[in-house]
Amino acid sequence: MSDKDVAEDRAANADMRSAFDTSAAGPRPPSEITGHYSSDNPDMVQFVDADGNRLETTEANAPYAQIVEDMTSQDAREIYRDLVLVRRIDAEGHALQRQGELGLWPSLLGQEAAQVGAGRALKPQDYAFPGYREHGVAWCKGVPPENLLGMYRGVNHGGWNSNENNFHLYTIVIGNQMLHATGYAMGVQTDGDVATGDPERDTAVMAFTGDGGTAQGDYNEALVFASVAAAPVVFFVQNNQWAISEPNEKQFTIPPYQRSRGFGIPGVLVDGNDPLATYAVSVAALDRARSGQGPTLIEAYTYRMGAHTTSDDPTKYRSDAEVEIWREKDPIKRMRGFMEERGHAEPDFFDEIDAEADEIAARIRHACQTMPDPPQEAMFDHIYAEPHPVTERERAEFVEYQESFVQEGAH
Amino acid sequence: MAMQKFNLPDPGEGLTEADLVTWRVAVGDEVKVNDMVVEVETAKSLVELPIPFAGTVVELLASEGDTVEVGSPIIVIDTGGDAPADPDGGSAESGESGQTPSSEGGDESSGPNLVGYGAKAGSTKRRARRGGAKGAAQPGPAGDSPEAGAEPQAAPPTPSPDPERAPEQATGERARALAKPPVRKLAKDLGVDLASITPTGDGGVVTREDVQAAASASPADGGSSQDSQRTASRAGDAPEQTRVPIKGVRKRTAEAMVASAFTAPHVTEFITVDVTATMELVERLKGDKAFRDTKVTPLLVVAKALCLAIRRNPEVNASWDEDAQEIVYSRDVNLGIAAATPRGLVVPNIKAADAMSMRELADAMAELVATAREGKTTPADFAGGTVTITNVGVFGVDTGTPILNPGEAAILAFGAVRRQPWVVQRDGVESIEPRWVTQLALSFDHRLVDGELGSKVLADLAALLHDPGQALVWA
Repeated sequence: MSDKDVAEDRAANADMRSAFDTSAAGPRPPSEITGHYSSDNPDMVQFVDADGNRLETTEANAPYAQIVEDMTSQDAREIYRDLVLVRRIDAEGHALQRQGELGLWPSLLGQEAAQVGAGRALKPQDYAFPGYREHGVAWCKGVPPENLLGMYRGVNHGGWNSNENNFHLYTIVIGNQMLHATGYAMGVQTDGDVATGDPERDTAVMAFTGDGGTAQGDYNEALVFASVAAAPVVFFVQNNQWAISEPNEKQFTIPPYQRSRGFGIPGVLVDGNDPLATYAVSVAALDRARSGQGPTLIEAYTYRMGAHTTSDDPTKYRSDAEVEIWREKDPIKRMRGFMEERGHAEPDFFDEIDAEADEIAARIRHACQTMPDPPQEAMFDHIYAEPHPVTERERAEFVEYQESFVQEGAH
Repeated sequence: MAMQKFNLPDPGEGLTEADLVTWRVAVGDEVKVNDMVVEVETAKSLVELPIPFAGTVVELLASEGDTVEVGSPIIVIDTGGDAPADPDGGSAESGESGQTPSSEGGDESSGPNLVGYGAKAGSTKRRARRGGAKGAAQPGPAGDSPEAGAEPQAAPPTPSPDPERAPEQATGERARALAKPPVRKLAKDLGVDLASITPTGDGGVVTREDVQAAASASPADGGSSQDSQRTASRAGDAPEQTRVPIKGVRKRTAEAMVASAFTAPHVTEFITVDVTATMELVERLKGDKAFRDTKVTPLLVVAKALCLAIRRNPEVNASWDEDAQEIVYSRDVNLGIAAATPRGLVVPNIKAADAMSMRELADAMAELVATAREGKTTPADFAGGTVTITNVGVFGVDTGTPILNPGEAAILAFGAVRRQPWVVQRDGVESIEPRWVTQLALSFDHRLVDGELGSKVLADLAALLHDPGQALVWA
């Protein structure tokens, strides 16, 4: 049953018995889950193979093929640039943590295509609700990478003004942001910013979580609300196959893209390492949300190449052989192969992007190392949206207390 | 020439040290920023560390296999020229507010830190308060009890010590003993003054071992009063308190006593009685053939007499069944004897003791006590008791107020039998004579044994012990 069918089912208020018919997409034993995601899964939306060769049209990718065909050389180059720069920023964050400059860094290595595809599909008015690994989405939304470093260095209290780039604060509590996103999307409906036909006004919301997040209560509650309200939200699940050390088998017996049907939300399975596919399905889902047709769930099947965070050691729970399989599916390699095949860029272009990546790395490294410690009283700044007498009194007391100390340098 | 030191960062969260596994570079190698130079293993994982400088490796400050504390320098890089490629590098100072990073940063070692090493060494020290601030105690060992940290200290008269010089402070004029919170607590618990300890930890930090050594070296170190000196002079190495886990017989005894004491309302009655006749009987029976190879004691006569007294007052041979809301009267007197054993007090009982001859009873008691001391008493021997005797007299004690063995209605404490002056009436003439006198105490469950019944049991028992011939009258 395709997603289109699901949507029609909803619209026609179809016989509920068909929704409970498990013969088509019923639960599978955990041991079959991994096999279920194999590249010959007919549900998987893919456009390029491991070398970037354009794949034939299938039933799964056909609804999105036009979006890919409409992409210009400029679009392709921008996506490639994002992929490379995001990977470089991520690598620098990892190195800075290893050099003692950051407390923690969750690497996105391997998930660049999933995040850039989704991030590039977002319009400026669209709002993104990330977890804590969405450095690629942050980049696409225009959040300076220095802000991400500042948060993980512990010199700011969340990192950035969410409304500047319509990119919500990183949410460490797993899956919590799904509810925030759904609530925001319901607010968008209340504001009447859905289905007006004005491309500058119609707004969608995108919520990001991982496979581990799908096992959280918040995630499932969010899907219920989004479905019932037909909220303009797209749930983007990056299934990187490891919830820290827990494999998919410990998270679900039916994949998230299938389970979404149970909530009355169409689910799409996309090759998360195929930047064209993630971009195309995101564009379609976001358009659907903006036009008032309700939520979509995208499951981007990808792989976390690095550790969960810098505090984790993945060699303790997974094999190197598994990592090697996924190295072959590297998103940057695939995007470059596609561009070379289609002649989207000259060879110089790729060298220029690499040079730009080095510049950005040096820039954010220096910025990280020279970040000023924040004034300690800044911790009181954003507790309430408006001035609050209790907070003001506490701030004054805190400042007075701090000033009672003999100065040793600045702090 | 600009030398940069790379300090071991905390590659996890809250790690304090790492084992150096493999150097990927050697002295003289050229390195670029983020080249992997070393592999270290922490409590969490094996990780590669990228170098934050570009230049030439000048020196490796740790060897493979070393355990290195977070914050310690491990490699020196010559970054060349006047303008180092990365002036601030891994310096702890780089995060200073409003300060431009300076090249001296790399020469300083920063202290262990929970996350990264953004904090300065010694920054965990409490900062000095301004002169006007409360608590104007001069910092120094004298005023530096483990609790001193709770009170902010006033500014020292001399410029505040350079926070980077913590190790020197520790050996010289220490402002405040350096120790981790758990160690401070240990010192407090053991009554050890941290300031009095010579630290052995890196950076002049007092370690757990230092505190334990100080505590065992001088138990009275924590105080200077006469009390503590006296305490120290006694008992040598014996600790002030010894803690023993509550288990086994002690635990069961405690549970039984608590259950009994707070379930059955206890009444204890006392009687003082001249048992000279009983003692004479005991002496006589010791020479009797019938009691050859067995032990005849006053307790034996008391046991027999108690059985007879219960026969005359059978309502006392009972127990209270709360669940069934019934009083259970037993046919047999199952006589419990409290026995001190190496494992603690146990109370096995002799089944149907009232049906035994005195010789049989003597044998049964001997066997019961022997079995208990060997620790071979079976659960069946403990079960089903109806009354108990506790022979506190063997300890030279006159009497007590025994607590009922749970489920029983009465317990008798048999006190010491002593020669005491006693008023004796003979042929209508009273005189004071030395006699064998003892005290009996009977505790009973007042829910089912009224004062009258309890008193009759005790009085009958006393009558039998005063004149064993009374048994002939009652039998």
